[in-house]
Amino acid sequence: MEKRITVPLTQDKVKGLKAGDSVLLSGVIYTARDAAHKRLMELIDKGEKLPIDVKDAVIYYVGPTPAKPGMTLGSAGPTTSYRMDDYTPKLLEKGLKGMIGKGLRSQEVVDSMIKNGAVYFGAIGGAGALISKCVKKAEIVTYEDLGSEAIRRLVVEDLPIVVVIDSEGNNLYKQGQSAYLESLK
Amino acid sequence: MKEINVVEITKTVRDLCIDANYYLSDDIRNQLLKAREKETWNIAKGVLDKILINADIASTEKVPMCQDTGMTCVFIEIGQDVHIIGGSLCDAINKGVAKGYEEGFLRKSVVKDPINRINTKDNTPAVIYYDIVPGDKFKITIAPKGFGSENMSQIKMLKPSDGLEGVKEFILKVVKEAGPNPCPPIVVGIGIGGTFDKAAVLAKRAAVRPTDEVNSNPFYAELEKELIEKINKLGIGPQGFGGRTTALAVNIETYPTHIAGLPVAVNINCHASRHATAEL
Repeated sequence: MEKRITVPLTQDKVKGLKAGDSVLLSGVIYTARDAAHKRLMELIDKGEKLPIDVKDAVIYYVGPTPAKPGMTLGSAGPTTSYRMDDYTPKLLEKGLKGMIGKGLRSQEVVDSMIKNGAVYFGAIGGAGALISKCVKKAEIVTYEDLGSEAIRRLVVEDLPIVVVIDSEGNNLYKQGQSAYLESLK
Repeated sequence: MKEINVVEITKTVRDLCIDANYYLSDDIRNQLLKAREKETWNIAKGVLDKILINADIASTEKVPMCQDTGMTCVFIEIGQDVHIIGGSLCDAINKGVAKGYEEGFLRKSVVKDPINRINTKDNTPAVIYYDIVPGDKFKITIAPKGFGSENMSQIKMLKPSDGLEGVKEFILKVVKEAGPNPCPPIVVGIGIGGTFDKAAVLAKRAAVRPTDEVNSNPFYAELEKELIEKINKLGIGPQGFGGRTTALAVNIETYPTHIAGLPVAVNINCHASRHATAEL
């Protein structure tokens, strides 16, 4: 049974999400991966304003392929999240509430998620074409020079994601594997 | 003596780059369908369904299956009796990659220098391996390699005394450490023997070998079966959410090695394990 959630991800929405929940997400999300995160950190460290409002926002770790004419966005599956781990706690401190990616996160990120009340979602890695169909609008917000790695504002409808790590630190990667192996006994 | 003009090579490379990214190869599709049939865990079934639906959307709408259209690995089998005319073979291949990635709306994911990382804007240069073979064959295999899985690959110089058990232990360690990161269910390419570099290339060749081909060496065919069973028993599952299907295939390639060495390389491919081949 999927939960339909819309952005902004307020505290009560975050608290209601548990590791393993299937979610259909709608609303505005921002794309950013390695290069954009590095620039955001530089702004945070200098005490400067960020080009996007991260409060109660969701960032999707993705670098899409170029869109074909007539398409909203190219193929857009998640990139592997651990590369953003060093940058994440500072963004969570600034109010970021949701991250979509795939793969393991560091303990520092999980601790910061628990402290700041945030959720980490997994989108299906490699399902770039399927995920692209959920994007109804896409525009570059900033860092156009980064091409695929620019920060884009996406309007998504029913984006299928799974809660991998919830705001209490429960982790589907651990729970899922254990539950499956337990079921074999 | 067979003459091949570089213009043909460029066109074929271009087409293969696009094909490999848009269309799931038959052997991988069959592995996914078999895995879906055998899968018992609900969330795992859902993930496998979505992976197959994604492949259908990509092929119908002629778009890349995945946004990481990869760094382009190229394997060329070139017969001794082939004469390349019209220009440089290497340039022709790279021109084909540039055309394919531009005209196919593929992502340009290559930086010119690993430290000073400026994008080359055309996904070149490719990583090219040439095999000289007898006769007048000219075979091109394009294997776009995404780095989610590539980054989870590892190589180790084992001691001969580590033996077969040491080899199995290392392979399982690599798969466990990779966990959800390489987009399971994975294809595991293993290279055993040779030198440090040879083992790595063997692993890549193994990863690209069609998964419906059984190893011609019965000992390694048996080892491939044993390893895929052990890997699936880990329960990592599709996308690491748990389940029966962690690996779609395990392929091993070997080469003679030094009396003091046992190099083992593990090259991990994601559930698309993209490759496309053509002969000229």
